Amino acid sequence: MPIAVTMPALSPTMEEGTLARWLKQEGETVVPGDLIAEIETDKATMEVEAVDEGVLGRIVVPEGTEGVKVNATIAWLLEEGEDAGALPAEGETGDVAAAAPAAEPETAPAEPAPEPDSAPEPAPMPEPESQSAAPATETAPAETAPAEAPAAPAEPAVEGERIAASPLARRMAKQAGLDLAAIAGSGPHGRIVKRDIEQALSTGAPTAEARAAPAPVPAAAPSTRPVAAAGPEDTEIPHSNVRKVIARRLGEADRDIPQIYLSVDMEIDRLLAARKELNEALEGRAKVSVNDMAIKAAALALRQVPAVNAQWTDTAIRLLGTVDISVAVAYEGGLITPIVFDADCKGVAQIANEMKELAGRAREGKLKPAEYQGGGFTVSNLGMYGVGHFTSIVNPPQAAILAVGAGVQKAVVHDGEISVATVMTCTLTCDHRVIDGALGAQWLQAFKGFVERPLSMLA
Amino acid sequence: MPAGLPASVPDNAETEYAGETTEVTVREALRDAMAEEMRRDARVFLMGEEVAEYQGAYKVSQGLLDEFGAKRVIDTPITEHGFTGLGTGAAFAGLRPIVEFMTFNFAMQGIDHIINSAAKTRYMSGGQVSAPIVFRGPNGAAARVAAQHSQEYSSWYAHCPGLKVVAPWSAADAKGLLKAAIRDDDPVIFLENEILYGRTGEAPTDPDRIVPIGKAKVVRDGTDVTITGFSLMMETALAAAEMLEQDGIAAEVIDLRTIRPLDTATVVASLKKTNRLVSVEEGWPFAGIGAELCAVAMEQAFDDLDAPVARVCGADVPMPYAANLEKLALPDAERVVQAARAVCYAG
Repeated sequence: MPIAVTMPALSPTMEEGTLARWLKQEGETVVPGDLIAEIETDKATMEVEAVDEGVLGRIVVPEGTEGVKVNATIAWLLEEGEDAGALPAEGETGDVAAAAPAAEPETAPAEPAPEPDSAPEPAPMPEPESQSAAPATETAPAETAPAEAPAAPAEPAVEGERIAASPLARRMAKQAGLDLAAIAGSGPHGRIVKRDIEQALSTGAPTAEARAAPAPVPAAAPSTRPVAAAGPEDTEIPHSNVRKVIARRLGEADRDIPQIYLSVDMEIDRLLAARKELNEALEGRAKVSVNDMAIKAAALALRQVPAVNAQWTDTAIRLLGTVDISVAVAYEGGLITPIVFDADCKGVAQIANEMKELAGRAREGKLKPAEYQGGGFTVSNLGMYGVGHFTSIVNPPQAAILAVGAGVQKAVVHDGEISVATVMTCTLTCDHRVIDGALGAQWLQAFKGFVERPLSMLA
Repeated sequence: MPAGLPASVPDNAETEYAGETTEVTVREALRDAMAEEMRRDARVFLMGEEVAEYQGAYKVSQGLLDEFGAKRVIDTPITEHGFTGLGTGAAFAGLRPIVEFMTFNFAMQGIDHIINSAAKTRYMSGGQVSAPIVFRGPNGAAARVAAQHSQEYSSWYAHCPGLKVVAPWSAADAKGLLKAAIRDDDPVIFLENEILYGRTGEAPTDPDRIVPIGKAKVVRDGTDVTITGFSLMMETALAAAEMLEQDGIAAEVIDLRTIRPLDTATVVASLKKTNRLVSVEEGWPFAGIGAELCAVAMEQAFDDLDAPVARVCGADVPMPYAANLEKLALPDAERVVQAARAVCYAG
């Protein structure tokens, strides 16, 4: 039997990915551990290692294919003594997407990256496919075949998606001139059923005609506002996975999380002096940046005010046991937040070296999911671009993010005397459900204390 | 052939019966049907294991030997392969045999005669030779007779063109349909049920009253979901309908009565009213009667479906011998209720 090589799940939340590149060609021999393909996930490019030995018999999914579902067959490996005749007919995918996830995947993800409790995204809903495609006919009938549990009422379907509606509901909607896209389905997986149409008819839901008219679009739904077609001078860049994730996650965060912004100015002349001295002393073993010192100061401030190192959950505020700082890294076309784990326990030189290495791989899209998923607090720094002050959007499920501005020489007043100091403005964005204003201010005080008296970071 | 005797079922419409009825067991209803038809037509005779001297393995032929004699009520050796072929040949030759199988499980010995000879000869002879024969006997699971003696055959026979397949539930339908089967000019598979033999019901006493083959019957009116069943599963379906009523779900229950030709018109008319269908059968799910109903609903009533058709079937395993496992392998009212609630999106 030829062995199916399947699309690996490179992170707990991955549902689909792009098959970026094949590293082996048809006819090539592979042994366990060989890198056979590159998969682009939500945020990173990962290499797929072979688990089995054999000859790459057929590539099913050509490179550059987007939206390949996890567990879909991407290639077939021929075992010893098999020839191409043993392969399933072309077009037959022999798809194992239906196989229970417990079954050992043919191609194990190079990095399974289990995230015990701090996965940045909610666990995905069970795949509808895996439910219905399970061999229900073999066991279910005796126990009532359609075991679909009715789902909670869903939001109206997003434009462009296929709308699940029973045939009857479809016909009723057509006859009544109702627009299915405007109706929330109450059946399994949000299926629109008869009672939803009846409900819509009794409450006067929008008709297809009314919707087609250039009606005023509710301001609450800017993301669905129709956009005019691109003009001849315009260029369209298709959304990358990263872009889609940024759009979705930050949209959700900005929409669903009540956020407050607290800004504090701090003088960093001593910090700059300490950095200079430190870098000289290190003699090239590390090059510490202001940002590295800000990471360290933030980590220590989180130890001092642990209530900020927290997450909102449905039932509780979760105080995190470790201080893991996510650091925003911009790269061509996107943004990613590699993590300095246990930053409170690391020296700034170590932080500097780790950041250099992480940022480098981040810009190449080579981070492993475990290196950017999680983290309890984010530091974002635009100081190097001369931005004096800005605000960030919290990175859920984290509850706070610090926006670090540029250090700028300013006239400051101490004891009635004007003098010159290098001033840096930092703005803390807080999830108000977790962090009230006074708590956020306390944290900023602590942070400012470490920044203005950098030696205290040694204490 | 006696003068004035109709050659086949005269009329496919089921008329209201306003005549006299009497309470009988299903066992007696079947016996009465055979006796009435044997009185009416001298070509009709009964053969099978223990049908004469012993009065039938399940006493369905009680009294027939006394009334009609050993020439028309014939004990056969224990060889289904032999007497099924014998009966089929007698039908070709112009008689109207009733072949009783002690159970349909044993008819597998004679299934070549049933399919290849009885069912196909009218077609293969260009209409010159017909086989007016009834194969009857208990079908499906009784209680604790294990995998080889508990099989449900409606799907097997309903698959074959040339056969009619009947599986009644009530005493009145058992009588009326068996009479129609005996009068039919083509082979009819008449599936009885051992547990139902002892159930009682009102049955017409009028010897001319028949129930036409090919007509389902709405036995309970409802608006929210259609439940189809046949034979013993009607008890399950009706019990489920009672339970559903407690939940405010009005189930319409249809007794299919005839499996082939299937009365799709009655099912589709009900489905157009309720928009939801649950099929209940004792047999296995794969290519079963429920699978056929799924196809009917999809082909003839797609735009009226508000939910996928649900099937409640026997478990896809050989029937277990252990009583607890046998119970689990058979559909029960609770499973029918679950299926009905699911298609009604009632959680």
